[in-house]
Amino acid sequence: MPEKKIRVLIAKPGLDGHDRGAKIIARALRDAGMEVIYTGLRQTPEMIASAAVQEDVDVIGLSILSGAHNTLCPQLMSLLHAKGMDDVTVVLGGIIPEADIPALKQVGIAGIFLPGTSTQDIVDFIQKRVTL
Amino acid sequence: MSDHSKETTQTVIHAEPAAPYRKPSAKEKLWEENTLGPTLEKNPERQGGFTTVSGYPIRGLYTQADLEGWNPDRDLGFPGEPPYTRGIHSTMHRGRLWTMRQFAGFGAAEDTNQRFRYLLSQGQTGLSTAFDLPTLMGYDSDHSLSEGEVGKCGVAISSLADMEVLFDKIPLANVTTSMTINSPAAVIWAMYLAVAEKQGADWKNISGTLQNDILKEYIAQKEYIYPPEPSMRLVIDTFEFGVKNTPKFNTISISGYHIREAGSTAIQELAFTLRDGLEYVEWGMRRGLELDEFVPQLSFFFNAHNDFFEEIAKYRAARRIWHKAMVERYKSQNPRSRALRFHTQTAGCSLTAQQPYNNVVRTAIQALAAVLGGTQSLHTNSLDEAWALPTEFAATIALRTQQIIAHETGVTHTVDALGGSYFVETLTNEVERGAWDYIEKIDALGGMVAAIERGYPQREISEASYRYQVAVDKKTKIIVGVNDFVTKEKPLDTLQIDESVAQRQGERLRKLRAERSSDEVARRLSALRKAAHSTDNLMPYIFDAVKSYATLGEICDAMREVFGTYEEIAIT
Repeated sequence: MPEKKIRVLIAKPGLDGHDRGAKIIARALRDAGMEVIYTGLRQTPEMIASAAVQEDVDVIGLSILSGAHNTLCPQLMSLLHAKGMDDVTVVLGGIIPEADIPALKQVGIAGIFLPGTSTQDIVDFIQKRVTL
Repeated sequence: MSDHSKETTQTVIHAEPAAPYRKPSAKEKLWEENTLGPTLEKNPERQGGFTTVSGYPIRGLYTQADLEGWNPDRDLGFPGEPPYTRGIHSTMHRGRLWTMRQFAGFGAAEDTNQRFRYLLSQGQTGLSTAFDLPTLMGYDSDHSLSEGEVGKCGVAISSLADMEVLFDKIPLANVTTSMTINSPAAVIWAMYLAVAEKQGADWKNISGTLQNDILKEYIAQKEYIYPPEPSMRLVIDTFEFGVKNTPKFNTISISGYHIREAGSTAIQELAFTLRDGLEYVEWGMRRGLELDEFVPQLSFFFNAHNDFFEEIAKYRAARRIWHKAMVERYKSQNPRSRALRFHTQTAGCSLTAQQPYNNVVRTAIQALAAVLGGTQSLHTNSLDEAWALPTEFAATIALRTQQIIAHETGVTHTVDALGGSYFVETLTNEVERGAWDYIEKIDALGGMVAAIERGYPQREISEASYRYQVAVDKKTKIIVGVNDFVTKEKPLDTLQIDESVAQRQGERLRKLRAERSSDEVARRLSALRKAAHSTDNLMPYIFDAVKSYATLGEICDAMREVFGTYEEIAIT
């Protein structure tokens, strides 16, 4: 039996098109042996939540650089809750002012990774967090 | 949803082609044997090899052996003369300093108007407008997709009414304004021209720059609305309109900045940008525009990254390549078509969230490279931009950085100070050669639009960006405060964008829609739709729609109905 792989949805919510980070993370997680699905650009929280259900992922990785995180993250978290996806691990990377972090953790974002984080730290975080 | 996860990935760090074959002189060989050799035996170099930040290999010493076949009269020339390697003006920064043009925009129009007036009062010499994401994507502030984004990354502009507030008490006859807008560029430009007209400024004399570079959106920044064909038509419409009506306005700023920010190498930035430029030239000529009439209104925009000499070589090579292409490919007769003018912005992607005050130093060195490379205008980033949009305090230091370079360092006192340096001339040659290789590859693919549709530049950038990340993760590239010299620190005070902006914008739009003549708006939008189906230049129709206070979203929607929208194939 092949070992079961961690399934990750990398998503870029909002209108921003800066996808360098999302693409690097997608590739790094794949190199670390995870199954990665990249949604492409400009996904609404509804689209991300549906994709997460459909793809039955363990992790959702969000990349937001536009400052829209305070609006988009709570929306996504409540949609996931409504769909019974409370056990999915949601992580966020991007330009996130420190003052916003406590509220994002409060709504259930498990990990927030700021510019300069090594891809290995993100891999380790996910591997520790997700037990299959 | 597409799944491209099955492709194999690479983690090898590739160096670009090694330095070309060289024949050292007898004296150089003696030096290698008698001096260098024994030193290396006793004290080997710090690492196995040295490369630029782009991964280009760098030798320990450059001599005349590296410039075999290099002809200073042909390859260097004099400033203000072909091939413009040394700069496009004979006196460069002795005659006139570069324009200090800080990119600014946040909140609603009145917030940015205030920042503009502050920057002008502090000695800034030109304006540069950052628009928020809804504006960049052609949505009004009250569109459902705008939620959470209004006024965040830039200023929210949904109609001519907002534009009037943005430039309130700023005389457009005297101030040059750059506008970073691409897919909806024609609409925003029409709003700007309408404000200028209202202020009584003569279109023939107003000056500024519209970014309007849709090709690099498909390649790198991804803020596109329509498919490439109609998008290119809109760009050429603005060229045609500009030639007739606003001869001093740069109708495009062909941008490498975003290509570099997306993770490209310096050579890729240079090559893709210049090839984009050639693509616009060809589309303009196909429209029937006179080459030497519209090309002088094309300007360029490059990044200034960390690798000091590589960047300087890039700017010098850019001018030489453009000159060659204009002369050899298009037989341009006008020196103004052949002299590449460019704006520079320091590298946002080089800023660190960690120890943010170090960013002042990075920015200063990057800005110095741009100045030594002969830039026409410059934006220096603020120290806090890995966290948020800059505070006024941080933006002021960024402007002061330029003023210190201009007035204290003495680097402006002579033209092309590094010209003739074995190293800089060799690097300029090699960067140029690398760029031509890419340009010819894209020619062979059938041009840039065809290359984009095949994902070629996107894939090249993606590879380079991943290689760089691996190098940083493995610490073969050191970033101070990030993967070495790490310390604990206190968080910065950052700019908070008032959450009431969206609400204010929403109310303003409701009022606007109630007060304007909806019949007139409908009539002008329908004329625009009809024109979009024809081959007419759309600028006059867009201008008419703007003046009836049709909103940005309504105008872009009218064109969406006719042109459709673009979805990329995501490459990871």
